[in-house]
Amino acid sequence: MPEAVISTIRVQTEDFELQAEVAALTAGRHDIGAVVSFSGLCRDEQGALSALELEHYPGMAEAEMRRIGGIAVERFSLLGLTAIHRYGKILPGENIVLVIAAAPHRQAAFDGANFVMDFLKTSAPFWKKEHAVDGTEGGWVSAKDADGEAQDKWR
Amino acid sequence: MTKLVYFAWVRERIGKPEEELEIPPNVVTVRDLLNHLKTLGEEYENALQYPEVIRVALNQEHVEHSEAIAGAREIGLFPPMTGG
Repeated sequence: MPEAVISTIRVQTEDFELQAEVAALTAGRHDIGAVVSFSGLCRDEQGALSALELEHYPGMAEAEMRRIGGIAVERFSLLGLTAIHRYGKILPGENIVLVIAAAPHRQAAFDGANFVMDFLKTSAPFWKKEHAVDGTEGGWVSAKDADGEAQDKWR
Repeated sequence: MTKLVYFAWVRERIGKPEEELEIPPNVVTVRDLLNHLKTLGEEYENALQYPEVIRVALNQEHVEHSEAIAGAREIGLFPPMTGG
């Protein structure tokens, strides 16, 4: 029998530590054979972007991440899942999102992390606003068709 | 009274993050609600000009525009999501 699934879902302004989160997920476990992590960072768009502002729907953001995580744990028989999404002002080079999936074998861990990211992009209520280096508000980032297509591949 | 909450450019165009509204009884579905809100003023008309792109959550769960809003305590209106 596998040990209990550890699921950590957080929405926060502060940064996260990849190593610490992996350690927390795997501490004391002897059934985990694979850990895959994805980190999403803020890019500067070739020097044009000074910051991203992340807005979220408090309560619903956590609930939706938990819902997506639950589906992934079930579908890929994950042994552990961590999903952390930051909000507020985020500078180029800083972390935005972290997903860690743990499973007995690598394929489930890869697929679990990939699945969670694809659904997080299209279903978790977060919105990015760009701030340009010249001080102007670059406006709200538009949703990409490619993100919807990435989600559709899991049907 | 029903609590409406707005996010991202929907919030900016309507000009407030949330409000309590009395919803008329002939407003049954999410689609009806979007059309009703558009009649409340220029800022709503501007925010909801293309209602088909607006995403809606009832009590913090995603719903289709055909969904009935009866019983919703909180209705969220926002653009397509761009997190991750």
